[in-house]
Amino acid sequence: MATPPAPAGARRGILRDALGIAVASGAYAISFGAISTAAGLSLLETSALSVLMFTGASQFALVGVVGSGGSVWAGAVAAALLGSRNAMYGLRLSAILNLRGWRRPLAAHLVIDETTAMAIARDDLGLAGYAFWRTGMALFIFWNAGTLIGALATQAISDPRVFGLDAAPPAAFLALLAPRLRAREPLAVALAAAVVAIVVLPFVPAGVPLLVVAILIAAYGWMRR
Amino acid sequence: MTLAAVLVASLACYGLKLAGVSLPQRWLQNPRVQRTVPLIPIALLAALIAMSTFATGRHLELDVRAAALLVALGAVLLRAPFLLVIAVAAATAALLRVAF
Repeated sequence: MATPPAPAGARRGILRDALGIAVASGAYAISFGAISTAAGLSLLETSALSVLMFTGASQFALVGVVGSGGSVWAGAVAAALLGSRNAMYGLRLSAILNLRGWRRPLAAHLVIDETTAMAIARDDLGLAGYAFWRTGMALFIFWNAGTLIGALATQAISDPRVFGLDAAPPAAFLALLAPRLRAREPLAVALAAAVVAIVVLPFVPAGVPLLVVAILIAAYGWMRR
Repeated sequence: MTLAAVLVASLACYGLKLAGVSLPQRWLQNPRVQRTVPLIPIALLAALIAMSTFATGRHLELDVRAAALLVALGAVLLRAPFLLVIAVAAATAALLRVAF
């Protein structure tokens, strides 16, 4: 009969995983800092995104839209739409984390893909909370340090186009999208969304193609049985 | 202007996170909401890939970014880590610009 692992050992394992995730995210944040700076955002604006928004896909969306010639408000809309999934994560997390008083607004800031994955993977509620907070805090530190490194390094380059940094956002979006495409329906949704965005783009103001895609996908999700 | 948009978007993203951990469970447990929300990032990321590859403002263009995306796709299919995917895409664009 399997015996449950000693809490100390389990916590060490969680800490090791949390650190691994944080280091990997730090590397990813370097590319965010670089892409954001290449898109024309200042060091303050780039860092503000990583400190205050602190959700990778939304941050990439905002700077990606700006980098490809869209308005920053169109980017803001894209960022908010992509942030909608964090509400779902929050729902799942509030059922397993004991969030009371000041912990709730603080925990909310750390509700992202990685912390959710780390917390819901635990059977023990105490360990789930431990995994959530440690992953969130480690990630926050490495994410912001990486952003700063990427932004400062890119500022030192006179023309980011020489290094092809303006061509990096599609690759960043692709790397974020790929893990979500493991079934036929998501793949079909992705292809349809790409086609719709390109077809409507020349005819509507910047930012509107993303709204059209969001409305169509919401309608599809709502009506599908 | 840019900073204002950054702050507003950050506030919106935080609001969504806070709503998730604060609102009554039943609000978000509607099966239609549960089905729809996971599809939103898939559709938006795909739209963003298409737009950031083929568009400059409201004009469609075919340039080195398309080649960079193809190379990135190859890297993703080979399960390359995130930073490597970005690096090979950027390097492809940079090399093509030098070559042509």
